[in-house]
Amino acid sequence: MLKANSVSQWAVVKQLIRRDLRVASRQRSDLLNPLIFLLIVVSLFPLGVGPGPDILGRIAPGVIWVSALLSSMLGLERLFRDDFRDGALEQMLLLPVPVEISVFAKILVHWLLTAVPVLLITPLLALLLNLPLQAWGVLWLTLLLGTPVLSAAGAIGVALTVSLNKGGALLSLLLLPLLIPLLIFATAAVEAAVAGISPAGPLALIGAFMVISLTLAPFAVKAGLRVSVN
Amino acid sequence: MWRWLHPYAKPEATFSLSQKLLPWFAIPAVVLTLIGLVWGLAFAPPDYQQGESYRIIFVHVPAAMWAMAFYVGMAIMGLIALVWQIRSAELALLAIAPVGAVLTFISLFTGALWGQPMWGTWWVWDARLTAQLILLFLYLGVMAIYVAFEDERAGAKAASILAIVGVINIPIIHYSVYWWNTLHQQSTVTRAITRLEAPSIAPEMLWPLLLNIFAMLLLSATLVLMRLNNEILRREIHRPWALAYLGISLPSNEASAENSAQQDSKAAGGKHAI
Repeated sequence: MLKANSVSQWAVVKQLIRRDLRVASRQRSDLLNPLIFLLIVVSLFPLGVGPGPDILGRIAPGVIWVSALLSSMLGLERLFRDDFRDGALEQMLLLPVPVEISVFAKILVHWLLTAVPVLLITPLLALLLNLPLQAWGVLWLTLLLGTPVLSAAGAIGVALTVSLNKGGALLSLLLLPLLIPLLIFATAAVEAAVAGISPAGPLALIGAFMVISLTLAPFAVKAGLRVSVN
Repeated sequence: MWRWLHPYAKPEATFSLSQKLLPWFAIPAVVLTLIGLVWGLAFAPPDYQQGESYRIIFVHVPAAMWAMAFYVGMAIMGLIALVWQIRSAELALLAIAPVGAVLTFISLFTGALWGQPMWGTWWVWDARLTAQLILLFLYLGVMAIYVAFEDERAGAKAASILAIVGVINIPIIHYSVYWWNTLHQQSTVTRAITRLEAPSIAPEMLWPLLLNIFAMLLLSATLVLMRLNNEILRREIHRPWALAYLGISLPSNEASAENSAQQDSKAAGGKHAI
């Protein structure tokens, strides 16, 4: 009887993470473009609504979060697209470890590559939009807790649409309605901080979204990949 | 339950069941919708505050209620389709989606018409309205992902997964937009039914409203059944039973001789399924 080589799950996860990081390091523009897009969208708002510091400070939480949502849609496809094209995705599904674990590793790497740069330039965005200083930390926290939700929910959408040629616009159509609660609570937390109220409630809810999406999304991603890789 | 359910994995069995059920839904649906609308629009008393314009409630509330319920029904069909790989459930999901989307749209449209005279604006970013708008987006997403796939089975499976993900999200979306902003009044019907001693709506208005709610369910279910039958026939058009049902006989088909005998008896019932 055929028996698969026993492979430690952690070894696979580590290998997947290392491989994805190496692949990404060879396509740096893929990672940089969404970040530049984010910066441009944020700088469009003062041009559109006028440069008054009070109005900018009031809309800053919403603008930064909406821009972050839109820019994350741009970079999502690379989560599975290249792997799907060159067949690495099928190999991943055939690995002798649960698919959910490999998917979790992919989500983790995607978060490291797309969200951490956003977290790094968040102070710059807050500065550009004249966000009151006492809310900077909370804005950063909402992004820290919220961006894993983007990666996890995004993975579901990409898994469903990766085999389609025209997936881009469809992906946003599927995902953005699902991410509305995140947007609501993130802006609520930052606005509470601006007003000097404790933002603990909405922050706790965003944390709950993160836990739920990171635990449940891999199962949906697996089902989606099974449909796409056929 | 499994023993009861599994014959309907065969589209032919589902087709004959829903064909049998169809008149039981269609006839009461037409009768009750007519009675309910005439009662509500012509005979129910005008509201002391809103005058005649409140009468749109008799369309608005039923559509809004069933819009949400049909999404849940669609997700249940998606779950059945994914877990037990039942094709009829995939087809049912595809049959429900446009009906639910139209219900959602009706509730939004009539809500806008009602909001203009009452709140002085076509649209406000209120929790119930926003939640309903997001529900419409979710329906559109399910329909869009189905048509995006070239392979119909893969498209139906992707739509099932999306419907299930959406149904997990619906309570979260619902409560988050409530927390965010509320201007819309609370549900009148729930309060009227749960607290009979202090009703929030006059009984002369409540009865036609309940009748309209029931009629809207029957009407939507009728449309779903008709769509389901059409989908099944469209997919199974190459099968002998479907050809026989439609009264088409292929010249090279050896079964066509015996099928032609059944054509006459089925032809009368076959008209409304096409």
